[in-house]
Amino acid sequence: MTRFTLDARNLICPLPVVRTQEKVEHLDSGDELEVLCTDPGALHDIPAWCRIHGHQVVETTERSGDIVVRLRVQKLD
Amino acid sequence: MGALSFGAPWNHLRTFYTVHMTTQRKAVALISGGLDSMLAAKMILEQGVHVEGVNFFTGFCVQGHTHAIRARRGDQVTRNNALWVADQLGIKLHIIDVIEDYKHVVLNPKHGYGANLNPCLDCKGFMVQKAREWMERSRFDFIITGEVLGQRPKSQLKRALPVIALESGAGDRLLRPLSAHLLERTLPERLGWVDRDKLGRITGRSRKTQMAMAERYGFTGYAQPAGGCCFLTDSNYSAKLRDLWRVRGERGYEFDDIMLLKVGRHLRPRPNFKLIVARDAGENQFLRGFLKRFTHLYTDSHPGPLALIDGEPSRGEIELAARITARFGQGREARRVRVNVNQRDGRQQVLSVEPLSRKQIPQEWYL
Repeated sequence: MTRFTLDARNLICPLPVVRTQEKVEHLDSGDELEVLCTDPGALHDIPAWCRIHGHQVVETTERSGDIVVRLRVQKLD
Repeated sequence: MGALSFGAPWNHLRTFYTVHMTTQRKAVALISGGLDSMLAAKMILEQGVHVEGVNFFTGFCVQGHTHAIRARRGDQVTRNNALWVADQLGIKLHIIDVIEDYKHVVLNPKHGYGANLNPCLDCKGFMVQKAREWMERSRFDFIITGEVLGQRPKSQLKRALPVIALESGAGDRLLRPLSAHLLERTLPERLGWVDRDKLGRITGRSRKTQMAMAERYGFTGYAQPAGGCCFLTDSNYSAKLRDLWRVRGERGYEFDDIMLLKVGRHLRPRPNFKLIVARDAGENQFLRGFLKRFTHLYTDSHPGPLALIDGEPSRGEIELAARITARFGQGREARRVRVNVNQRDGRQQVLSVEPLSRKQIPQEWYL
């Protein structure tokens, strides 16, 4: 398992999701991705995107004014 | 030989059955986030087809952006409707950035513009073409859209729908489930991948049938149509885009340009510069992301907006920009307002100015 970070700050809907999707495409099952955002819409959208693609949201928090969504990649073989 | 000659037709039939009847077919659905595409996808899902959605981000989408930028009243954060639809349907949704490729559609629409700078027919052809490319890459079988015959003035006329199918390269792999009975049979119908009898015959602008279908499927909370999904259909936005092209002397844009046109009041008091003045805290925050690129002003003595200057004003014109900025702050009735001016090269100055009155700002300055 490898941890990655994606800076999606100052991007607004739907770009945080688009960038998350592009990043996850190159990750392996079990990898964790921490997405930093400033658009509060990401709090709904990234978990919704994870739900429909089968990835797991580990936690959503706020850190230094940024929204942080941590997800675990789950891909079917 | 005799056995073979009798067996061959059965083998063909068996192959046909195996390929066409038992393989689960795959459809890619254009999901806008509205009710029509949601219903179209649902109709095809109900027929046992595997459906995944695509949603194309052009940069001009109304939904999401404006709400994300402007301050949220009552802390209500808007959702992305396309994701919401996919979540409700239980299908995957792929949101695809087409900002660069879409420029050609906006700048050179083969079929021209609608009432504003909306190239609706070219846009639909482009979206279906992108879906067709996705279908081929992902080895899917056909494309579905929520188009309804006669619903929209330019892109959903009976003569327009075949144009979209032809120019996108989708041909008869493009199925419009809501109006299928009113259109030519498509490949998925002819080969029995979907049952035509279970498809719709909806036409026109009334939404009664769709609302009844939504009720039957138990869909609640879907997005209501609200004056178009694209900023290019908006006359004010189109005027600002035309102004940008005129001032630059060429038709073209970058992503930041089209984002900034969505934000703030745009005033052009002189031909050589315009001001972008934030309307609320959310826009102030958004414009802060552009401080390094633009000379910017903010009121120092009173709460007020952040304003960006796009262009090259003279020293006297910077004072005019400061007076306009002061007009939109809480010091608008004060005798003097202190305005902080920050040049792109880092130079700063503080001006004490008299705010312009409402009457001193002619309507023609507003873009």
